[in-house]
Amino acid sequence: MGRHVFVIEDEPNIIEAIRFILTRDGWEVTTLADGIGAEAAIRAVMPDVVILDLMLPGRSGFEILAGLRAHAGTRGVPVLMLTAKGQARDRIEAERAGADRFLSKPFANTDILAAVRELAGA
Amino acid sequence: MPMTALTGSRVRERRLALGLRQAEAARAAGISASYLNLIEHNRRRIGPEVLARLAGVLGTEAAALAEGAEGVLAADLRDAAGAAQGMRPEVERIEEFVGRYPGWAELAAAQHRRLGRLERTVEALSDRMTQDPHLSAALHELLSVVSSVRSTAAILAEGEEIEPEWRARFHANLHGDAERLASGAEALVAWLDATGEAAEAGIGAPQEEVEAWVQEMGWHLPGLEPRAGAGARAALADGAGALASGAARQIARDWLEQAGRDAAAMPMAEFGAALEQVGPDPVRLADRFGADPIAVFRRLALVPGARWGVVICDGSGTITFRRPLEGFALPRFGAACPLWPLYAALGRPMVPVQAVVEMSGRIPRRFRTHAFCALRFPRGYGGPQVAEAAMLILPDEAGGARAGGAALAVGTSCRICPQAGCAARREPSILAEIAVPGM
Repeated sequence: MGRHVFVIEDEPNIIEAIRFILTRDGWEVTTLADGIGAEAAIRAVMPDVVILDLMLPGRSGFEILAGLRAHAGTRGVPVLMLTAKGQARDRIEAERAGADRFLSKPFANTDILAAVRELAGA
Repeated sequence: MPMTALTGSRVRERRLALGLRQAEAARAAGISASYLNLIEHNRRRIGPEVLARLAGVLGTEAAALAEGAEGVLAADLRDAAGAAQGMRPEVERIEEFVGRYPGWAELAAAQHRRLGRLERTVEALSDRMTQDPHLSAALHELLSVVSSVRSTAAILAEGEEIEPEWRARFHANLHGDAERLASGAEALVAWLDATGEAAEAGIGAPQEEVEAWVQEMGWHLPGLEPRAGAGARAALADGAGALASGAARQIARDWLEQAGRDAAAMPMAEFGAALEQVGPDPVRLADRFGADPIAVFRRLALVPGARWGVVICDGSGTITFRRPLEGFALPRFGAACPLWPLYAALGRPMVPVQAVVEMSGRIPRRFRTHAFCALRFPRGYGGPQVAEAAMLILPDEAGGARAGGAALAVGTSCRICPQAGCAARREPSILAEIAVPGM
């Protein structure tokens, strides 16, 4: 059973809340506040699940996702993408880019926990 | 545009109604007072460019001066008839209709004009809502804060034991988020208020703010001319300094500096005289002044009362300057129609490109365009090539005569272009989605 989640999100208070929820559930959490160097950081940790925000400073979540899917080592890592509510086009594009699950902001804590457990097979 | 024998009389009536002295009006239109006197007494025919400048000075349409109110009314009704799909109004009896029922004719024409304005507003708002990066960023910011508040509040409300340090941190986060929500909501409301006030002007981005400012001055900036007094120059600098956003102020200052250099190289008096001789041909004008053709396009944009539009883009195709022309809609955000001759010129640097285009819309309208792309190497051999392209858009006054002739079908931008079967379309049009057959 995997226990490591990598969160890429530029909103520090969201990071703090997610870190709290997951840590309390027994997960190890690594965070990154922007998209620069995201793929290399993920490869270094090889987490069981990546939580990836769509709109990030520097690079978009789509670009990071495409980078993960293009690399043999990270091609299969489950990615939970955070999109804005009502942005159907973002969801379609994220699906095409290889996202495994989506959650719309603002999300419920129970939903994010359930999604991480499901993606990690926990 | 058909000009009647009374065009000069209408110019005079309009000038007197505005309380303008003949010399003042002549100076503002870039002609001599004696020439204006001859025009006003119908003793000289007026060329379309002078008429357009006079119309600009007198705050009216050139057509209203050329054809009179009845002529304008009949022209509006012809436009309305052309747009009425599935109906066959008796176009050949328009003059009779206007003569016998002037009130009804005015009502029908006013409704048609209102419909056109509403359609343009819908297009502009659709464009804004789908493309405006400021709105998108503001909403994303609010949504992020709301997400944070929801998650944090849920943790605190769960009732489970939370360490005091975490609890204090979450309380502080909630307080910070509440503050950000308040200021974010305020900024968004202010933006929407500004949108409401300036819906017609479409002010939303710094570049638009600058364009609206220049538009307010009638695209006429005598303070830039070499012989302008220090007061006029200072007034322009003050105007730039009074713009709302810092980005707009910076763009305006840079723009004024460049426009000042253009004016020094091509003072408006000499430029207007050359224009009368060779017409609005940017390449010939550039040759006449030994100037950069792109600078000529910028100069053309500042000819008061001109009946043309100008767009300038950088090497990525992003529009960096626009002087709009009625009927040729320019996108406010995002990319324009890839079929514009502007982009053909971008692909063929230093080669003049001209084309007749037909702008899609409820009533397709034709325009003549002259485009040119210049290359610069500001860092010499070791630096990058910097491309800039410009396009002059002129109403196609011979359009009626060659109706049915070849014209390149273009639009504003894919998102709001109804052109079916376009070979260059990059995304579906929302207009196609909402189009109602037979309407």
